[in-house]
Amino acid sequence: MTAVPAAIVATGQTKHASRRLDVSMAEMAREAIDRCLGARGLAFDEIDAVVAGNMEMFEGIYLVDQFFIDALGALGKPLFKLNTGGTVGASVAVACYHLVASGRYRTILGVGFEKQSDGSTQAAITTVGDPIWERAVMAGAIGNFATMASTYIHESGVTELQAAKVAVKARLNACRNPYAHLHLPDITVEQVLESEYLAHPIHRLDMCPSSDGACAIVMAAESEAERLAEHPAWVHAAATAHDQQYMGDSPKRLAVMRSLRAAAAKGYRQAGISDPFHDFDVAEIYEPASYAELAMCENLGICEMGGGGRLIDEGLTQMDGPLPVNPSGGVLSANPVGATALIRVAEAALQVMGEAGDHQVDGVRRALATGYGGNAWTDLMVLSRERPS
Amino acid sequence: MSSFAPEDAIRLEQQITLQYRFAAGHHATRFFAALKDEGRILATRDAEGNVMMPPRPVCGLSGLPMDEWVEVGPQGRLAGATVVYVPFIDPMTGVQRPVPYGFGLIQFDGADTNIYHLLAETDPAKIGVGKRVEAVFKPREERVGSLADIRHFRLID
Repeated sequence: MTAVPAAIVATGQTKHASRRLDVSMAEMAREAIDRCLGARGLAFDEIDAVVAGNMEMFEGIYLVDQFFIDALGALGKPLFKLNTGGTVGASVAVACYHLVASGRYRTILGVGFEKQSDGSTQAAITTVGDPIWERAVMAGAIGNFATMASTYIHESGVTELQAAKVAVKARLNACRNPYAHLHLPDITVEQVLESEYLAHPIHRLDMCPSSDGACAIVMAAESEAERLAEHPAWVHAAATAHDQQYMGDSPKRLAVMRSLRAAAAKGYRQAGISDPFHDFDVAEIYEPASYAELAMCENLGICEMGGGGRLIDEGLTQMDGPLPVNPSGGVLSANPVGATALIRVAEAALQVMGEAGDHQVDGVRRALATGYGGNAWTDLMVLSRERPS
Repeated sequence: MSSFAPEDAIRLEQQITLQYRFAAGHHATRFFAALKDEGRILATRDAEGNVMMPPRPVCGLSGLPMDEWVEVGPQGRLAGATVVYVPFIDPMTGVQRPVPYGFGLIQFDGADTNIYHLLAETDPAKIGVGKRVEAVFKPREERVGSLADIRHFRLID
C-alpha cells in the first residue's frame, strides 16, 4: 500500500506562561487553534477530523475530548484523544500523519494543551507510576531525571558545565521566540551552576519550567497541502517506539535510550537519513533537562556515543552552528506538557516552511523532531521541503 | 473578547479524593509474601536466562513466559543515584517527604533490571554508579507487603 503524501501546512501556539489565569483550558486551546487556522485562512468546515492530546490527570478532567468539542471545532467529526505522557504532542502529530497518509482524511487538525496552573501536576504525576511496584518509592519527574543524569554522566563523562551550556543556549534561543515561556536574556553558565540543586546534579536552571500553553497544527494531503502552504513541511518519517514497562527496566536509561534509538533507526530508514549531523539542517528535540539534550543527540546519532559534551563545547548545535538544536528554546524554555512535543513538531515545520521568524535557521530543507515521555517512549518525525516521491 | 484585571480572575477550587484498591495479582502476591514474611527478594526468569525484577508473567525482551522464580539481592549495585532537595508528595502518605533524601536505581545481584528506591546516604559525593548497596528491611512486625517494607538501601563496602 502506498502512503498518501502528507505535510504540515499551518501551526499555532499560545504565549506559554506559568499561569494563564485569563483563560479557561478550552479558551487557551482555542487560542492556538485560531492562530493555526488563521495563518492560512482555514475554516472549521475544511477540517475532516481532530486529534487532541492532554495529560488528563494533571487537570483532573477525564473527558477533555467531550468538554472541548466546541472549542476544537469537532462537532459531528471524528475526534481522537490521546495520552502517551510527555510524548503525547508528537503522538498527535504522528496520528495526524497516519490518518492522512492512509487516504481516509484529507485535512486534520492536531491540538495539544496543558494548563498546569489549574491542576496538581506533582500529585498527578504519581499516577504515572505503577501502583503495585513504583508508587511507594517515587521521587517525581525531577528525581527520576536526576537519577538518569547520574547514569549518563557516568557513561559519557559529560560535566555540569557542559550541561549548563545547554541550559544557556536554550534560554538565549528562546529570547528570539515570542511564544517561549522563559525569556532570560542575561543568563550565564555561572548563574546555572549557582542555581540551587533540585536533585543532584540537576540545578534549577538545568530543568524545564512548568507552563500553561497550547499548540495546534494542520496536516493536509498532497494537493491540499500545496494549495494551503507555499512550502509545506512534508512528512518523510513518522516513527514510534516504546521501552519496557517499568522505569528501572532499561539498563542505562538516559545513557542508552532504547526507544529513541529504535525510533531513530526506523525513522531514518523511512526518510533515507544516513548521516543525521549532515542530513538535518535543524533539530527540535524533547529535552526536559539540559543533560537530556546531550544524551539524546548521542542516541539520535547526531554525534558519537559519549560525544554530547563535545557537541556543545564546539558550538555545533548553536544557532550559528552547522546543526542548530532547539532554536525555539526547547522544552527548557516552555513545558506545557500535553502541547510540548507537538511544539517540537510545529517548530520543525516552521523551520521547513521558512516561517520561524526571528529564530529561523537559514536554508532549512530537512528537520528532525522528537517527543519523549511516558516511561521512556519516543515519537520521531522527519520533515522536508521535498514532496515525497 | 472581554478582558479583566488579573486580580479579578476567578478560580474555582475543588478538592477531589479518589480511593483505589489494586489487586496485586499472582506475581506481586508471591513477591510481597516472601518480602514480608521471610525478608527475601524474588524475581522471575525465562528460558533464555533473563531475570526480571519486579517479577512479571512475560519477559519483554524475549517474549517468553517467566515461569521460574529466583532469589536476588538483598545486596546490589547503584545503576544511578541522586539526592533530592525539592519536596515531593509521598504517594503513600499524601504529605511531602522530608528533604533531602537519597534516591537511586538499584540492580540487585542476580537481576538484569533495576528498581528505584530510597537511599540512606544524602551526600552526593558518596553515592554514584557502581557503588555497592544493601536493602535495609523494616522489622517484621512493621512489614505490610509493599516495596516500602524495604526502608531504604545503605552503602556497603
